[in-house]
Amino acid sequence: MTDKAEGSLLYLDDVSVSFDGFKAINRLSLVLEPGEMRAIIGPNGAGKTTMMDIITGKTRPDTGDVLFDGSVDLTRLDEAAIANLGIGRKFQKPTVFESHSVEDNIALALKGRRGALAALFHRRSTAEQGRIDALLATIRLSDKRDLLAARLSHGQKQWLEIGMLLAQEPRLLLVDEPAAGMTDAETAETAILLKEIARTQSVVVVEHDMTFVRALGVKVTVLHEGSVLAEGSLDAVSANPKVIEVYLGR
Amino acid sequence: MTLIRLLAILAVLVLGLQPALADRIADADLLPRVAALGTGGFDAAEKAIADLAATADDRVPAILDRLGEGELMVRKADGAVFFADKAGKDFRLTNPVTGADAGLAPKATVEKVKVNNRIRRAIASAVGALTLMSPDPAVRRAAAEAVMKSADASVIPVLDRAIGQETVDDIRAAMLAARATALLASDAPETDKVASIAAIADLGSRDALGFLSGYASVDGAVGDAARKAVAAIESRLMLWDAGQNLWYGLSLGSVLLLAAIGLAITFGVMGVINMAHGEMVMLGAYATFTVQEAIRTYWPGLFDYSLLIALPAAFLTAALAGILIERSVIRWLYGRPLETLLATWGVSLILQQAVRSLYGANNREVGNPSWMSGSFALGDIQVTWTRLWIILFALAVFLALIAVLKRTRLGLEMRAVTQNRQMAAAVGIRTPLVDALTFGLGSGIAGLAGVALSQIDNVSPNLGRGYIIDSFMVVVFGGVGNLWGTLVGAMTLGVANKLLEPYAGAVLGKIILLLAIILFIQKRPRGLFALKGRAVET
Amino acid sequence: MITSFLVNSLDRRGRIVVMLLVALAVLIPAGNLLVPEGNPLHVSTYQLTLCGKYLTYALLALSVDLVWGYCGILSLGHGAFFALGGYAMGMYLMRQIGPRGVYADPVLPDFMVFLNWKELPWFWQGFDMAWYAFLMVALVPGVLAFLFGWLSFRSRVTGVYLSIITQALTYALLLAFFRNDMGFGGNNGLTDFKDILGFPIQAPGTRAALFSASALMLALGFVVASAVVRSKLGKVLVAIRDAESRTRFIGYRVEHYKLFVWTLSAVMAGIAGALYVPQVGIINPSEFDPAASIEAVIWVAVGGRGTLVGPLIGAVAVNFGKTWFTGVLPEVWLYALGALFVVVTLFLPRGIVGLWYTVAARRPKSAKETDEPIQNAGEAA
Repeated sequence: MTDKAEGSLLYLDDVSVSFDGFKAINRLSLVLEPGEMRAIIGPNGAGKTTMMDIITGKTRPDTGDVLFDGSVDLTRLDEAAIANLGIGRKFQKPTVFESHSVEDNIALALKGRRGALAALFHRRSTAEQGRIDALLATIRLSDKRDLLAARLSHGQKQWLEIGMLLAQEPRLLLVDEPAAGMTDAETAETAILLKEIARTQSVVVVEHDMTFVRALGVKVTVLHEGSVLAEGSLDAVSANPKVIEVYLGR
Repeated sequence: MTLIRLLAILAVLVLGLQPALADRIADADLLPRVAALGTGGFDAAEKAIADLAATADDRVPAILDRLGEGELMVRKADGAVFFADKAGKDFRLTNPVTGADAGLAPKATVEKVKVNNRIRRAIASAVGALTLMSPDPAVRRAAAEAVMKSADASVIPVLDRAIGQETVDDIRAAMLAARATALLASDAPETDKVASIAAIADLGSRDALGFLSGYASVDGAVGDAARKAVAAIESRLMLWDAGQNLWYGLSLGSVLLLAAIGLAITFGVMGVINMAHGEMVMLGAYATFTVQEAIRTYWPGLFDYSLLIALPAAFLTAALAGILIERSVIRWLYGRPLETLLATWGVSLILQQAVRSLYGANNREVGNPSWMSGSFALGDIQVTWTRLWIILFALAVFLALIAVLKRTRLGLEMRAVTQNRQMAAAVGIRTPLVDALTFGLGSGIAGLAGVALSQIDNVSPNLGRGYIIDSFMVVVFGGVGNLWGTLVGAMTLGVANKLLEPYAGAVLGKIILLLAIILFIQKRPRGLFALKGRAVET
Repeated sequence: MITSFLVNSLDRRGRIVVMLLVALAVLIPAGNLLVPEGNPLHVSTYQLTLCGKYLTYALLALSVDLVWGYCGILSLGHGAFFALGGYAMGMYLMRQIGPRGVYADPVLPDFMVFLNWKELPWFWQGFDMAWYAFLMVALVPGVLAFLFGWLSFRSRVTGVYLSIITQALTYALLLAFFRNDMGFGGNNGLTDFKDILGFPIQAPGTRAALFSASALMLALGFVVASAVVRSKLGKVLVAIRDAESRTRFIGYRVEHYKLFVWTLSAVMAGIAGALYVPQVGIINPSEFDPAASIEAVIWVAVGGRGTLVGPLIGAVAVNFGKTWFTGVLPEVWLYALGALFVVVTLFLPRGIVGLWYTVAARRPKSAKETDEPIQNAGEAA
């Protein structure tokens, strides 16, 4: 089994988890190669967010293997440890630090030492400031750097969160519905941004918006009732009768 | 004091208190028999003693006792027999039958009725027979216990006779134990003594334990038997003690349940920690007091129903107070549980001070109705009616609450709001109304708890303060949003508290429990019966 | 290096506060020496002691603000740390009495003689030495806080559950210290102190010195707190307060951060208690009462949580009100206090400081100007 994991970035095999008898994830298996971008689609309740919870350490699976980099067992680590391994997550509902400025949000997420005492005596270096400025530019919020994050629009918060994700310099990005609540223009820009990111990092995107998924142009995994229903290009899975049945009903 | 004297006095006392049972023959018949004691030699005296005993007259033990003490004198002149007490150089004479004073007699005119060992044995036998075989069971029981305490071996023959004809079980057991006690003190052979130890051990009481412990350090077979018996009785007593403590624990648990269940509901449904919850209990207690005062003043005959009348009064008072608090304060603080905590603390201060202004700061007297007074014994466990009623009441309230939650529309809506507030609102449930009614219900039940508490605790403005922390502990331990969790939590904490008490004392026991809960919460942050799943996470 | 770190961490407002406190510490006692007693400018010893007491309360409030205003931990038991520091100081002061007690025992305090104890319990050893006692003032609350925090934060106990168990902790300590056989004076506590560091405790000079010490310690505490909250650590604390889960997902070990600020806060509270005791002349178990801890929270809420200055203002204002009410209208005080809780949570969530900024400031909404208090934008349950 584990030789299939070798060389992969993310390896899920036969993962299951239930909550109070309800099987949220049912024998899910998925492999992601380094540098790959994957889109995960599926109806509501298919288990997409739960899958992300498992990968990032928020939920412990009942059975199955979850390996990072072919060998690191993610089920034994907690959220902070997994984040420090290089897995970053953007949430469905944009969660930024509302009481902090845009700049501070990025600064906090910046890759670096996470220890308490280190943080106490930390002084922002010029290199760090440079990285912050660059990131602010990428997410188009440079002119709002001093604004309290609470005062951003919904779309701007989504971008800020993506910026925070980038600041962590993760090897694997898990992005949960990045286009939610965005205008068409914003959605298109987000797709471009993600494709840009995918050139150097691996990305897993969960989305409902099919236009967005098409714009990404990557391999698609369809989840249904906690397991993988189909995998392939968007056209291929769209034509898959099982997928049609699940989405449109009989 | 010799045993005989003791028995004699006992007989007189017991019979004196129950004159109806006293047996008396005519004075004229008794007097010659008494006079017979003074005539002739020892043989005649012995016969006279038996004769007197046969009359079963209640004055005989005293007469025979005096004889044994050498206080029975014969007047040389006419051979009459009197009680004689020293009065200076003379004797004061008393008629033994009537008790009448018979004047002073110079020493020379009277002669002591002599007794020897044989006579003494006869006296002992006769007195023993009168008391141990008295028709009155109270006398018999008292006599057996007196013998046991004195451990006088001379009484054994009498005891054997008494045991042979005893019909009442526990008196016979007491006599057997008395016999065994007497035997142990005598020079009887070892095997007999070991058998006596067993006989005493069978009694199983604390008295037996105390007696046997005295023999526990003795060597040999007797000592061994005593040690084994002591161990056996101790473990048996420990079980009964544990049983008693278990009872106290259930009683405490039921009080905790009543106090905490309202809190569990408001916390479960609304996520609100109400620091004024204790004051709802206090309001219920004061409502009870007020109702009782009114009844005492205007309708004293209804006192026994005062609690029943107080129940709806307390419920309504507390429920209305709760709804008022919810509508005026808590409603504005939803989603901010820490602020709610602080605001309700402020409300509790206000309520306490208000009650203090109205009723004064001192404890108020709330009385028990007659059907709640008294107690009975279940084996070795003392059960008071008050506590029993409270346990039953707590269970009744609990079951009623379960019924409300499962069977009524309000209950359904409450459960819906607990599980998913937004969804409930979306399907048309008027969540603000549900919130107000839930809070009212939780507070009302706290009011009912106040009625119960008024029977066992002091009613003062600080009443609530004493129960709020315990209520929190129950809710936190048992898990939120689950009534069964509250039940298990309350009973567990109550029993644990009382089982700890004999070893650690009341205060230390409480401290240990608090620390244990603090540690428990680390392991299971959501309590024993926590609701799981995504909806609860938020 | 540490000093420069600390000094640089003060913003304009902070500098004003510190300078004010230092000025108080120096000028008032000095002024008292220069100006004769009858003069209206002279501060009486009674008033001096009262203000000194307020200052120690302010330090306690500051410690509560650190964990609550900046990290979102509502501690309903900080009075326990205050009281433990107080007891440590009390034990030192008791040892100082020596043979001047009622029972004239050179070693055993009066209450121990009364209980027929023959020797000093082991935990009283060392308290005759000032340096040991002062060390214990910081160490005992600190260690207790560390253990409690380590257990709680590691298990991710948060929100109301955490608040309830802090209350349980202080309640357990209340019960324990009330017991006469614990060796801490039972329900009477420790009192009848004679002198401190060789100086008679009632003398005006000593009182003035204690006042100054309180002001200076408060200033120091303020500087330290300021340094912490303005550092990156402080920003992480605020992030934890607003979105704990998110902070974890970025890779921060939330438990460590909470533990740090929690322990620091407990030590500050302990020091506050130690300064409180010689000024009021007694320490008894009622300081452990949950009600006392909850009152400290309202000082912070009234002043404005998450501002560092707010708690100072709140502590002084509320206690001044309490002194006034209990003197003039004692019946009304509890109503007033209760109403304060309700009004502040409903209408003044940002306290006096927040009110000031809402009224006075019409500036652009920016967080860069550090004068503006950090808002509580939404509270995690």
